[in-house]
Amino acid sequence: MLTDACQTCPIYNESALKKLGVNTENFDFVVALAGNPNTGKSTVFNALTGLRQHTGNWPGKTVARAEGGFEYNDHNFKVVDLPGTYSLLSTSTDEEIARDFILFGQPDVTIVVVDATRLERNLNLALQILEITDRVVVALNLIDEAARHGIKVDERHLARELGVPVVPMVARRMVGVPQLLQAVEEVILGTYPTRPHRIKQQDTRLEQVIGQLVNAIETQFPSLPNARWVALRLLDGDASIEEAVRNHTLGDLARSNVIAPVGDVIPLQAVAS
Amino acid sequence: MTLDQLKPDLTATVTHLTTTGANRRRLMDLGLLPGTRVEVEMISPLGDPVAYRVRGAVIALRRKQAREIEIAVAQEEKTHAD
Amino acid sequence: MTTDLLQTANQLRAGMGEDYHDKLMEAIYTDASQIADRSVAREEGKVRWTFDRTLDRALTHPVWGFTVMGLMFFGVFWITITGANIPSQMLADFLLGSVYNALHSVAAALSAPAWLSGLLIDGIYLATAWVISVMLPPMAIFFPLFTLLEDLGYLPRVVFNLDRLFAKAGAHGKQSLSMMMGFGCNAAGVVATRIIDSPRERLIAIITNNFSICNGRWPTLILMGTIFVATLVPPALASFVAALSVVTVAAMGIVVTLLVSAFLSKTWLKGETSVYSLELPPYRPPQIWRTIYTSMIDRTMIVLWRAVVMAAPAGAVIWLTSNIFIGDMSIAGHMVNLLNPFGLLLGLNGIILVAYIVAIPANEIIIPTILMLTLTLGSNIAGAQSGVMLELGDQQVYQVLTQVGGWTMLTAINLMLFSLLHNPCSTTIMTIYKETKNLKWTVVATLLPLALAFLVTFSTASIARLLGWA
Repeated sequence: MLTDACQTCPIYNESALKKLGVNTENFDFVVALAGNPNTGKSTVFNALTGLRQHTGNWPGKTVARAEGGFEYNDHNFKVVDLPGTYSLLSTSTDEEIARDFILFGQPDVTIVVVDATRLERNLNLALQILEITDRVVVALNLIDEAARHGIKVDERHLARELGVPVVPMVARRMVGVPQLLQAVEEVILGTYPTRPHRIKQQDTRLEQVIGQLVNAIETQFPSLPNARWVALRLLDGDASIEEAVRNHTLGDLARSNVIAPVGDVIPLQAVAS
Repeated sequence: MTLDQLKPDLTATVTHLTTTGANRRRLMDLGLLPGTRVEVEMISPLGDPVAYRVRGAVIALRRKQAREIEIAVAQEEKTHAD
Repeated sequence: MTTDLLQTANQLRAGMGEDYHDKLMEAIYTDASQIADRSVAREEGKVRWTFDRTLDRALTHPVWGFTVMGLMFFGVFWITITGANIPSQMLADFLLGSVYNALHSVAAALSAPAWLSGLLIDGIYLATAWVISVMLPPMAIFFPLFTLLEDLGYLPRVVFNLDRLFAKAGAHGKQSLSMMMGFGCNAAGVVATRIIDSPRERLIAIITNNFSICNGRWPTLILMGTIFVATLVPPALASFVAALSVVTVAAMGIVVTLLVSAFLSKTWLKGETSVYSLELPPYRPPQIWRTIYTSMIDRTMIVLWRAVVMAAPAGAVIWLTSNIFIGDMSIAGHMVNLLNPFGLLLGLNGIILVAYIVAIPANEIIIPTILMLTLTLGSNIAGAQSGVMLELGDQQVYQVLTQVGGWTMLTAINLMLFSLLHNPCSTTIMTIYKETKNLKWTVVATLLPLALAFLVTFSTASIARLLGWA
């Protein structure tokens, strides 16, 4: 049912992709799936894993993390579908789940699904993720819808600007899935050297301040994957990161490499008691 | 002038956000920050909220929120560009 | 040492002024918009988004918007109810007829003791089969239809149209959707509140979801409307008035939802409306078969499974309480006698309250339990067996309830009000706990509706007595 459209594509090599459904035992690599709501993120997840996750058109529908697996070129991949969010800089539960996983879960690759019809807005999240990790593949989804509306995205140019692979896709028709898998593999193996776009702070004084803080963080948490991001969060007064520093879990999180799955719990402390 | 006073068929540019905290952050996440072009897309049949076209997406805001966004109206006619 | 780090950060932050976050966001968006500008080519001349715009204008139009919305939801319920009729009847014939009889034959062939076959077949099996045949067909139609509307992108427009009503009650417009989902199943409605991203508004939506009449309660209302309320008018108008009475109760549920939401947001859940945002995504053609498949798996089957898990023990309780005797009366009989004065005070009776209690796990079985108890505890004119739920034709039900049970119009109307308001079923209560992980709010969501149910039925009963109607 899922393969019919693709078996005819020349690149598609059936033996290369094997959908493993929920079977995520013994994986070699972890792939995180991030993106704005309404970008077809779940469709990409389903295309990769053969699962039929339904999440609907809502931010926060994937409140709990969904996981699935696939096998590609003899490697087993675990895919973690993160909640759809507009940003990683605010404080909603969804954003915290997504952010913590990308930062501390240290996925081997993070696929950022972006909607070709509203690229500018989707790039907001993509750029934030590129601040955290350089192992990113951008899935430029819904190019058919964009074409219908007279929008053409130059994916090569976009890839140069972002410094990571950009794969044009129509996930619901499986278009671009083989190329996505290839890009994921290339980033993992390092055959595609990524040079992620980093946000230019106009303020040179700010850059100095960030540098100072990065040094302080690296001395205390040497195992931390991305001290710069943590510095940015601390400067922003991010309460949950401050808390992680205070009780030393920041280092633990980085070392353990795994974040406990977050359930669908309402943060009730935020509500009047 | 604030966003809730924006007439349909006119395009405006955000000049300032007067709100703070989580609300301000959410507005920025949605792409509403100084310099952003906005136009009215549609008004709820009950008069509130109003949906705006912001950076290619359609975002509904309650009037109370829109009052916290200061705008400058562009003089030209609406161009329908998004 | 770690506090040093935080101090450093705080000092640096203080030195930078307040607008650090703004600067960061501005820097990100400046880059995003530059990159997008350079990467996107727009084909001029092609009219963009016209279809979406036109559709949006129509679907959020003051007149057409509400007309379409009304038709859409009337359509969903009409298709659900009429579409489910035949399969429900077939399932009932099969599960409650053929399979039930076959099980008894097997039990007889094995010469199983009467208490064992009674408990297993008449208690556990019958209740489970009953719930499946009442619940499965409508759920298998309702959830896919709802999911199709969702995938189409229509539901956010409903939220947009209705938000103001909910805003006035201090709630989020998205509550309109969890509310509608609740008309299928409250447990599913409670899960659907996940789309509300602010905790305060989400709790309001969870607590008030109960006032959407769920699939398990519709049959009770329809029966009461048909055999009691419709008798108030000439036969020509009967079916119309029956339907009207059910719709009126459902509409009262919506009013109660808004009132209780307003009450909560002015009392225990006081607070500023949290951050609000609603994106209206573009319309997209749904993937019909996939949608049907996933909504069957994700929603229908899960809800059904939970209901079955709850119905089985309820069936056991019904059978046991009717067949274990203390003195010369069954436990159920003692409970009925105990609760009868209180029941009468509410314009109900002891049997209704006992049936309500044993049917908390599965509201579907309240009417069959009432019939069984009425007959086995009173004069058994329809040949009911202790602990064996039964179904009768409408006329016969009316006869049993009025002649044996002593029901009046007040009893029927108060049963309708009571089933609208009383606490959610145990599946929903469990779901509320799972979603909130908070005992206090689960208790509030359970007892607040029940208190309201007592209050309202007591009031109507008192008024009716005062005016000499009952």
